[in-house]
Amino acid sequence: MDWTFNNDMPIYTQLVDKIKLSIVSGQLPPGEKLSTVRDLASEAKVNPNTMQRAFQELEREGLVFSQRSNGRFVTEDMEVIMEAKRAMAQEYIRGFMENMEKLGYTGEDIISLIRGGKEEDKQ
Amino acid sequence: MTATFECKGLSKNFGSTQALEDVNISIAPGRVVGLLGPNGSGKTTLIKLANGLLTPSEGEVLICGDHPGVESKAVVSYLPDKTCMPLWMNALQLMDFFQDFYQDFDRQRAENMLQRLGLDDRQRLRQMSKGTREKVQLIMVMSRKAKLYLLDEPIGGVDPATRDYILDTIIRNYDPEAAVVISTHLISDVEKILDEVLFINRGRIMLQASVDDIRQQYGKSVDEYFREVFKC
Repeated sequence: MDWTFNNDMPIYTQLVDKIKLSIVSGQLPPGEKLSTVRDLASEAKVNPNTMQRAFQELEREGLVFSQRSNGRFVTEDMEVIMEAKRAMAQEYIRGFMENMEKLGYTGEDIISLIRGGKEEDKQ
Repeated sequence: MTATFECKGLSKNFGSTQALEDVNISIAPGRVVGLLGPNGSGKTTLIKLANGLLTPSEGEVLICGDHPGVESKAVVSYLPDKTCMPLWMNALQLMDFFQDFYQDFDRQRAENMLQRLGLDDRQRLRQMSKGTREKVQLIMVMSRKAKLYLLDEPIGGVDPATRDYILDTIIRNYDPEAAVVISTHLISDVEKILDEVLFINRGRIMLQASVDDIRQQYGKSVDEYFREVFKC
């Protein structure tokens, strides 16, 4: 996983996003056992309490669950994973649209630009 | 819950110089706290007071509810800002030394870390580079199962790779029930491993806040926020 962080957001929310991305992309498959908080914290070079907080958030969203003595696992509920994926996609699109609007494009222009871009790729 | 480290109305004067003024802080078990401030702001004075190396002019310091003394020294692991260990010793002798002094010294842990460092056990501290010496000292300090770790400038004057090694050693080894205080002005390097920061300036605590709260509230890193607050 890429463990670089932006300066303008809390670290734990960035950890949540990175782990979420690994889950929805299948890099961390459903049912996969996760490393311990301490090991992951060390890998990401962050405070273990911050990593713990990120996992609590992921647990709250149902993407991971912990089993008392066995550790933590990625959920096997595909519906929850797909929902998180859709939410992330919406988020990316919103950011993309914002940037395009800053460039002065509006809805239809943007769509035709994307189509045009694809056609150019094919040629 | 008793705070691991607490200061109440703490002041310290050196003659007419006021080094600390009415410091009130409380650090809970399990927290990693950055003591951040410019040079001469009182960081080392505060840490020395916590160790009982200095006595307060006013107010009090409490370590797990007790004043600094024989009992507190048994639960506080201290890394001074200068090399304090006998330079003629090698790593083996240092481990013997720590084992004699501190009941909570985990020799196995120290041996494992020294081994990973690939160090020659018989090399004396004097013969080591500054970076290696800092690593060895930190290994000794972090091999104690202490309740409070006081680390005064653990990453000052070493290269970035050594800094990473030192920070990793800290977060891998501190007990989840213990508190860690790290004094430094190299904020961007330590920021990610901290829960909370204390901003100190001219002997006064200006702020105690969580790292993520600062990022959330101001939309900038603690390092950037610090530069703004302490702009010269």
